[in-house]
Amino acid sequence: MALLMEGPRHGYQLRAEFEARTGGTWPLNVGQVYTTLQRLERDGLVEGAGEADAEGRIAYVLTTAGRAQAADWFTTPVDKTSDPRDELSIKLALGVGMKGVDIAALVQTQRAATLRQLQDYTRLKRQADEAHDLAWELVLERLIFSAESQVRWLDHVESRVSRALRAEPASATATDADRVRS
Amino acid sequence: MNTAERAVVLELRGVSRVHGEGAAEVHALRDVDLTLVEGELVAVMGPSGSGKSTLLTLLGGLDRPTSGEVFIEGQGLAELSTKQLAAMRRRSVGYVFQDLNLIPTLTAVENVGLPLELDGASRRTARRTALRSLEDVELVELADRFPDEMSGGQQQRVAIARALVGPRRVLLADEPTGALDSQTGEAVLRVLRKRIDRGAAGLLVTHDARHAAWADRIVFLRDGQITDTTASDLSAEALLGSGRHV
Ligand SMILES: Nc1ncnc2c1ncn2[C@@H]1O[C@H](COP(=O)(O)OP(=O)(O)OP(=O)(O)O)[C@@H](O)[C@H]1O
Ligand SMILES: [Mg+2]
Repeated sequence: MALLMEGPRHGYQLRAEFEARTGGTWPLNVGQVYTTLQRLERDGLVEGAGEADAEGRIAYVLTTAGRAQAADWFTTPVDKTSDPRDELSIKLALGVGMKGVDIAALVQTQRAATLRQLQDYTRLKRQADEAHDLAWELVLERLIFSAESQVRWLDHVESRVSRALRAEPASATATDADRVRS
Repeated sequence: MNTAERAVVLELRGVSRVHGEGAAEVHALRDVDLTLVEGELVAVMGPSGSGKSTLLTLLGGLDRPTSGEVFIEGQGLAELSTKQLAAMRRRSVGYVFQDLNLIPTLTAVENVGLPLELDGASRRTARRTALRSLEDVELVELADRFPDEMSGGQQQRVAIARALVGPRRVLLADEPTGALDSQTGEAVLRVLRKRIDRGAAGLLVTHDARHAAWADRIVFLRDGQITDTTASDLSAEALLGSGRHV
């Protein structure tokens, strides 16, 4: 819908443009695009603009209501708490209470994986910067910031958990004791 | 060109460093192996006290290991006299710290040219070479300014230019972006990366994951040991011929 703010588009054009602007991070198929357009038409948010072209494709435009809703979308914060599958949080939350789960190792494995991702995003960002591809660079930076925030959270989890372990002398290891001294 | 064909610039073999004795013994580094080739930037991360700064001082020849060997451009540092070591440092190794990198009474170009002059170059040659190095960090237009007439990020770029002036190919950076805001820090890393790609090697200590991600490899230190290393998935392919993209 946001893309329709710029003028009439075919479903096919919408898909191509969406993918170009997001660097193909979230692939769409044309079927999804047309289903969505039909639903939006049913709800009175978009309408067909004129006749089908030679290939039978109809361009869509936003209705007044559709225009208002698209503008709204840009000014409304994303509700992150509704992310249904924050698997890492679930894994850690379950793991902390369990014997035989090495939280330090879990954290390090995850952190290494996330840093590797961060390295890849950073390399792509450097390329985007050189190609003056601002839209793609902004998308990459979004991924970079969210990966970074995960690393920071993992650092926090690590020190929080090791502090908790040290508070329990029975389970403290030799290296934990060393760290207390130093 | 793959890693094996690129010149090894820095190498640690089984390096340990123990401070103090007996009960007060601190194992700052334990049996560390690390190799850096030309064009490579390696980031070092780890909690406070894990040995990051110790690693840099050993690589820079500012301190000697308790055991193990350090090589800079193939030269074992253990075989050098104190005087030879000082000369080697001046010619080959540049340091960048969090702050206090520049001499306040010298201009940017004089700061950058200083190691060359100390090594016997004429003032004119030093200036010419220093200007070229300032060009690499996109600062040639500020060559005649004093440090207090430049922003923090610009000063750090001058420090990078000095670290890699003339024949110097080894850059050791300890939290060089620590005192900068994140945008400025990134600008510093961009020129650092570019300069290293053009034929140097660098070790970067940082707490900032976003900055570490500019490196080819990230090494984790914990209690004086390397516990993990990440290389980006694409770097293998980049090293194997399609070439670097910068
Ligand atoms: N000259 C010294 N004498 C005694 N102990 C030392 C000396 N220098 C460093 N250490 C110890 O060696 C260990 C590693 O220190 P180092 O400065 O390398 O840590 P670091 O990883 O750089 O920490 P930070 O992130 O706080 O800068 C620490 O336990 C420190 O107390
Ligand atoms: Mg330190």
